[in-house]
Amino acid sequence: MSSIHPDQITAERLAGLRDAPGDYVGPAGGADGSLIEDPAVRAPLVLNDRSFAEVTETVCSYAECGPPKAWLGLITITSLIAAVGTGMILYLIITGVGVWGLNNQVDWAWDITNFVFWIGIGHAGTLISAILCLLKQKWRTAVNRSAEAMTIFAVVCAGIFPGIHVGRVWFAWMLFPIPNSNGIWPNFRSPLLWDVFAVSTYATVSLLFWYMGMIPDLATLRDRAHLRMLQGRERRLTLPMPVGKDIVLPFVPSAERVAAYIYGFLALGWRFSSRHWHRYEAAYLILAGISTPLVLSVHSIVSFDFATSILPGWHTTIFPPYFVAGAVFGGFAMVLFLLIPCRQVMPGFKDLLTLRHLENMAKILLLTGMMVGFAYSMEFFIAWYGGNEFEWSVFINNRANPAEAPYWWAYWTMIGCNVLSPQIFWFRKLRQNPLAIWIVAGFVTVGMWFERFVIIVTSLHRAFLPGEWHMFFPTWVDILTFVGSCGIFATLFLLFLKYLPVFAMAELKAVMPQADPHGGGHGHDPVASVAGGASAGGASASKGVGP
Amino acid sequence: MISPANILADIADYMPFMKRPAPRFISESGNRIYGIVAEYADPHAVTVAAEQFRDAGYTRWDVYSPFPIHGMEGHMGIKRTILPVAAFGAAVTGVLAALALQYFTNDIDYQFVVQGKPTNAWEPFIPVTFELGVLLTAFTCIGGMLMLNGLPRWNHPLFSSERFLKVSDDRLIIAVEAADANFDPDATRRLLEESGGTNIELIEDDD
Repeated sequence: MSSIHPDQITAERLAGLRDAPGDYVGPAGGADGSLIEDPAVRAPLVLNDRSFAEVTETVCSYAECGPPKAWLGLITITSLIAAVGTGMILYLIITGVGVWGLNNQVDWAWDITNFVFWIGIGHAGTLISAILCLLKQKWRTAVNRSAEAMTIFAVVCAGIFPGIHVGRVWFAWMLFPIPNSNGIWPNFRSPLLWDVFAVSTYATVSLLFWYMGMIPDLATLRDRAHLRMLQGRERRLTLPMPVGKDIVLPFVPSAERVAAYIYGFLALGWRFSSRHWHRYEAAYLILAGISTPLVLSVHSIVSFDFATSILPGWHTTIFPPYFVAGAVFGGFAMVLFLLIPCRQVMPGFKDLLTLRHLENMAKILLLTGMMVGFAYSMEFFIAWYGGNEFEWSVFINNRANPAEAPYWWAYWTMIGCNVLSPQIFWFRKLRQNPLAIWIVAGFVTVGMWFERFVIIVTSLHRAFLPGEWHMFFPTWVDILTFVGSCGIFATLFLLFLKYLPVFAMAELKAVMPQADPHGGGHGHDPVASVAGGASAGGASASKGVGP
Repeated sequence: MISPANILADIADYMPFMKRPAPRFISESGNRIYGIVAEYADPHAVTVAAEQFRDAGYTRWDVYSPFPIHGMEGHMGIKRTILPVAAFGAAVTGVLAALALQYFTNDIDYQFVVQGKPTNAWEPFIPVTFELGVLLTAFTCIGGMLMLNGLPRWNHPLFSSERFLKVSDDRLIIAVEAADANFDPDATRRLLEESGGTNIELIEDDD
């Protein structure tokens, strides 16, 4: 670290000529050593000087041990909830959409609210993997795997609702341009059809991105299982019992053999060759490049479902950017809401997922929360400035005014959760406190559900003629379907936590200091780095996943 | 005797190009030699060694590392992959296919008027065109990456080495294949030793 720093104050401080400012977090880096504020010192991405082997061990050991009792208890509960949700879906398909509280006026309510809520949550994963990859934000390597997993599970939950709300589900294939005996085709000028293509493309590309990133880590799990087999350290598969000893299953292969076959099949024979890595990084960069506009397009197209209509409250040009900002906001909130408890419960995760990561994401929550707040106020301003009395009436009489609007509480819950609660992150102490972040993330998740509810139901429930005005009341099927979708999401996420590599090991190792081929981060002498840069030749062509 | 191997051998009698060339090197146990592997201490050591193999004119050799080492393409002399070209081709194909699909179905085959709007306007076709372009590019990227890498290939002679199985954890290994024209059991082993390689091991190909 040189004393000639472009910033005069920093240079003086490094040379010992000036004291640090009051709340400055020095090279010690706060509670866990990752909160260094000094721009001349790079905050460590992996704490406690872990070796590659320790990172592998931390990440893989969860997938390799038997299922812990607490995990079994949790997944029992969540899968019961998921089963209730599945039962509600079956009940709806058998009986009809009338089991929901929809009426002539409010013909989209909780179903589309839930759809937009889940698809919005599904934006953080691809944002972290794609946009932060293009921006070379190395800290993403600690969160991208779990965020991408969360994305896919959220899209699974999102896909349920438009799938079942159309009524006769067995005609859903008509959404796709498949030649049929009627000789007619889907209407490609409809935003609802764009939605089908956007969401299915997004689900497919996110899944491919997630899977491709996981291939090397699955190969690690395969090799470790294979090595344990060679060393004779095999574990029998057991049937877990709530009390007493687990029952050892006879006549089944050992856990290691099952793992070696399943992970081995999924790893496609990856063998960590540099020639393979070269194409892998090129493919990863292209995927990141195309996923960036994709992730922005999906929620834009979802917002077209509303914006291209002529309904006051929906017919707004601000919807695409407003929806995208809201999706990023809601997605990051869900990532934090899930990862902070994992970090507390699973030992070793704190080394990989540092306070710095949480602080960065809290800053993104603050930023996107204010973008969403700006969109709310701009919508309101345009409703007044545009001089359209119907638009103004929706905002005042349907949403904001407690004396007039029956749904005022939903509107103000949304404002409180989404605009006000993230403001606490202006205080450094609070945005570095996992509990405070977790609470705000919970508020934001609730607030984002209410945002979609406000947009959809308060715009619909009062049409142009007062004789058509209807309130919306959810039935027990509405409520249990939504609760069930949360159960499906939680079950899938718990399965991911137990059986798949939760951190992108290969990417984490690539950003650790000892992975640098030019002398390992410390004592970077200029001669060596110039020589290294020159001999690298096509180094500029090397598409970095990490550095 | 009828077995898949024998059937293949019978077919190969008529198609000589299907036969693997006779092994150039055979191990003491009589198996075909796949190559020699050596372990290196850290990323810096392996990049330096890689440059030596590149400069010695080896072509069929590889560095195995648990993560992509920054700048290894240059150290190994790997040519840029054609994957971006394939991805661009896929994007163009996806866009054209989507436009053809939408114009054919909505403007040519079955016209219907919605809100009095023209059936041949290009604007409403943009979202689906974009999505299909992205979808095809993504499939080409991953499919092309796997195909150019010769994957999936679930077994490989290198997996017979217990030491190699630790590459996925924290080892760095250089493997030189016997199929390389420059390969010589003694000279290659010496180069591996001189470049700092340890735990040198001969890998057999027991197909």
